[in-house]
Parts: sequence; C-alpha cells; structure tokens
Amino acid sequence: MAEELRNAYGKTLAELVRENPDIVVLDADLSKSTKTFEAKKVAPERHFNAGIAEANMMGMAAGLAASGKTVFASSFAIFAAGRAFEIIRNSICYPHLNVKICASHAGLSVGEDGASHQAIEDIAIMRVLPNMQVYVPCDAKETKAIIKHVAAIKGPCYVRMGRGKVDDVYDDNHEFHIGKVDVLKKGSKVCLFATGMMVQEALKARDILKEKGLEVTLCNISCLKPLDFEGVYNLASSHEYCFALEEHNIIGGLYGALSEALAPYALTKLFPIGVNDTFGESGKAKDVLIKYGIFAERIVKEVEDKVK
Amino acid sequence: MDNKELKRRANNIRKNIITMIYAAQSGHPGGSLSAADILTYLYFVEADINKDNVATYKRDRFVLSKGHSSPALYAVLKEKGLLEEDIRTFRQINSKLQGHPNMNYLEGVDMSTGSLGQGISTAVGMALANKLDGNAYRIYVLVGDGESEEGLVWEAMMAAAHYKLDNLCIIFDVNHLQIDGRVEEVMNPLPLDAKAKAFGFNVESCDGHDFEDLAKAFKKARETKGLPTAIIANTIKGKGVSFMENEASWHGSAPNEEQYHKAMAELDGRDE
Repeated sequence: MAEELRNAYGKTLAELVRENPDIVVLDADLSKSTKTFEAKKVAPERHFNAGIAEANMMGMAAGLAASGKTVFASSFAIFAAGRAFEIIRNSICYPHLNVKICASHAGLSVGEDGASHQAIEDIAIMRVLPNMQVYVPCDAKETKAIIKHVAAIKGPCYVRMGRGKVDDVYDDNHEFHIGKVDVLKKGSKVCLFATGMMVQEALKARDILKEKGLEVTLCNISCLKPLDFEGVYNLASSHEYCFALEEHNIIGGLYGALSEALAPYALTKLFPIGVNDTFGESGKAKDVLIKYGIFAERIVKEVEDKVK
Repeated sequence: MDNKELKRRANNIRKNIITMIYAAQSGHPGGSLSAADILTYLYFVEADINKDNVATYKRDRFVLSKGHSSPALYAVLKEKGLLEEDIRTFRQINSKLQGHPNMNYLEGVDMSTGSLGQGISTAVGMALANKLDGNAYRIYVLVGDGESEEGLVWEAMMAAAHYKLDNLCIIFDVNHLQIDGRVEEVMNPLPLDAKAKAFGFNVESCDGHDFEDLAKAFKKARETKGLPTAIIANTIKGKGVSFMENEASWHGSAPNEEQYHKAMAELDGRDE
C-alpha cells in the first residue's frame, strides 16, 4: 500500500489527542495540508491556528509547553524549520520545552511549488540545535510509530515528512525500535544507509544491484539525532563501502551525521547520495527527483562507479 | 503595601541592579532601571507570585521579553526573597544568573528570554494554556519600545487579540532609547498606543515610575474582559541614576568604580 506520511501523522495525532488531554496542536494556516485538521475534528478546543505566522506559532508552542502542555506544531518544513529557526532555538530548544515540530512537504518531492518550498536543509538546521531530536520516517507505519514515540518523550523533537504517497516498507506486524538503525536487507561489502523516501529507492536499487550480482546491505535510519552510534559503527566496520542516501542536501543531513560519527575511526569509505548543494525547481515530483538524482538508478550508478 | 514602601523596595532594586552590573563589569543598566518601578509594582502588588507558589506554573506569571533587563528581574526576585543566588555572580561562569534569563536555572524565571520579540510570543502561549485550563491566572509580559521593532511582537499581538486573551497584560517599557539612539530616529515603532488599539487591545497609558498611575492601569487591565490589555508605561531610561538617565550609551555598559560609587550615593540619598 502507498500512503502519504502526513496522512498517517494526522490520523495518529487524532488518536493521541483523544487519549491525552494535555496535547495541544498548532498549525499555521496549513492544517489541511499538514493534516492536523484530523486532530481538530477530535478536539477543536485544543487546535489553534496561528495564521500565516510560523515564528509566533513556535513562540506560542513554547509558552503552552511551559504551561504543562505537550505541543505539536506543524507547517511545511521550509517554514517550520526555516522561517521559525531562531525561535525554535531560543524559545524551544534552549529551555528544553516539550514541543514536537512535525513538518510536512520536506524535500524536492514537493514538486510543482518549486525551490522556494522545497526544504533541503531542514535536517541540517534542526540537527545542529542542542536538545533537539530529529526523526525522518520512511513510510506511514513508521510515521505512526515515530509520532507516538515523540509524544511519549520529553523535550523538543523535529519530525520530517514529505508531501507525496510512498510505498509501505513495513508490514502491519512490524515491531519498531525507534531510535535504532533498522537493517532491512543483509548483504556484504556495500551498505546503504537510507533515510525517508530514499529507503524505498534503495530497496529498488538493491534489487537491481542483486540482479547484477552485488548483494548489498540496506538499513533505514529514521532517527538522525540522537544517532544510533553502535548500530552505525557495526555496519560501517563490516562493510567496505557505505553510502548515505537522503532527499536533502548532502551537507548537514544524514551524510553529515554519519561522517561526524564515523570519521574518527576510518572504518569504511562513505559516499553521499543526495541533493548536491543546489536548489530544486518546479515539476512533477517524479521528474524533479530524477533530475536532481534522488532515485534508484542513480543509487545503482553511484554504487557501481565506486565499487569496482 | 503603601507607595513609600514601594519606593523603598524599588530603590533597593535599583541599588542591586547597579551592584550586579558593576560586579560583572557587564550588563544593561539603562533598560533595567527604566523597568525597576514596573517590576516592583508587579511583584509586590499586582501579581500573585510568592515563595509558596513560585515552583509551579499554576500561578500568575511574568515574562521578561526584554531579557537584557535581567538585572531588574534578578533584583526584584532578590527583594521578594525568591532568589538565593549571590547577585554578584551575575554574568559570571557557573552562575545561575545568566546574562539573559534561563528558566531552567531559577524558579522565579518564567521563560528563557533574550532574543527580542520572543518573550511576548511565549506569553501568548501561556495565556492560551490558562484559558484552555479555565483558570484565572494572569500572564504579564514586559516588552521594550525598541523591541517592538521586531515583527514577531506584532504577530504575537495579533494572536493575543484574536484569541481574546484578557488574561494577558503586555507592558511596554517606553523609554525612547535603543542601542543606536532614540527609537524615533533608529526605526520609529511609535505610537504604540494607536497600534495596540488597532490590533484589538485595550490600551492604558501611564507614568511607568508612578505607583499610583501604575495601579490604575493594572486595575483597568484586570477589569477588561474579552480583549488583552497593553499598558504603555512611559519611562526614563536609566531612571534613578542622574548621569545614566536618557543616555543611550548606558544601554549596555557597566559603571567604573567612580561611577559605581556616584550611582550608589545617589540611590542611598533617595532612601532618606
């Protein structure tokens, strides 16, 4: 099945709001897109629209959290993380307040709206904030698990979701261990570390590579901070070539996180596959992703180029 | 508490402001002194913040949106008996008295502030939370006139009026000075009363150094239902230390030894 992550977010949030009277939801005039309207249907009195004022939404979130509330604040990634950055830093992360920033429409897969709306730096700027945890689910089921996870822990979290439908990676019975690296396929020599929608692309790439005689390991990293160092270390030390796959700038995202974690140990060769430090453009999501190298065949080519 | 006693308290607060900035050789005397009487009135008359309730958020709360005036907040907490930390550690390493207030270090600090425009926005969130919980606590927030050049102040005010937060009282400390000079010359945010009114606020203007005037303004704020109140408190930057008054250069600089003794002598003189 294929589902939009934000759809799973909206439904899960509605469940949480029903169960927990301390949860308050904020949105900035995008509740139909971020799907927080699902929570509004359940508890309209605990859903506040900040209007087109993301900075103030984050400030209000901080004040609500400082009054005992668990706050979910949503907008598009570019506005949630970008426009409101310094309010998130000083009023949410610095005082370590219980605000969950759940951002949709991240990455190039925004498509037609173009570069102004395609956040390719949000992981980087959220990850660099002390006290902030950063999650990037890959499918609807993992989204549900992550939203429940962040609701249950104290402190600021950033959850990154794309706009479009993505295929299920996990089945209904999957038991999630949020925070840990999840090895989806075992192979040898090459390990693909993928996050978000790149997990699905990596699965396709793995099948192509397998047909060509190279069976690679593939893992999903949905928690970029705190990074599962042990999991990453073990995989890096047991594979000769590693690749960081992300729908994000190759600076500061998953490749950045893995590089920072692994550089001191020189365990493996680590290569980036992501947006090559450039802005995107308008187009159908699929066309934009292909033009900017966020698809399975690019992964195959990069792996073949590097692994002789 | 009568006005004579309030004046005595405010003078102690001013002396502690000067003492901590002198000890640190760093800090912001001008805006701390302009806010001293407002904070004195708030903590000793208007707001219900005391030893018994300070550890919880279920009480009236105060957000110092102009966080650089932290010496005024620390001094009023000290005067109120809510601060144990030695004020001479202000801005020093390992002190709870950070240059700009940190809510996780001190029970009496209700929000970490310092980046202008953000405190007022968080105060709107606090007022919303109190409305949601159906309690009658009031949220007070002190905003600088220079600070109101930040767009976020107006986003917050729009939201406060939109959500009819009559439990929110914004006090503008209008001392007419910011780092680079007179607010009217740097980037004029005035008139604040007309702007606040246009944003849907009940507006009260008063002399921010006159306790009777402050009392009237806060009383009207409390009586106003269905809309938030903005108190335009007209103040003098550096108030109480003659050579600091109305001088932009005293926004963020510390007195030297001679200036310190001169300032303290002046303030001691006001006690008599």
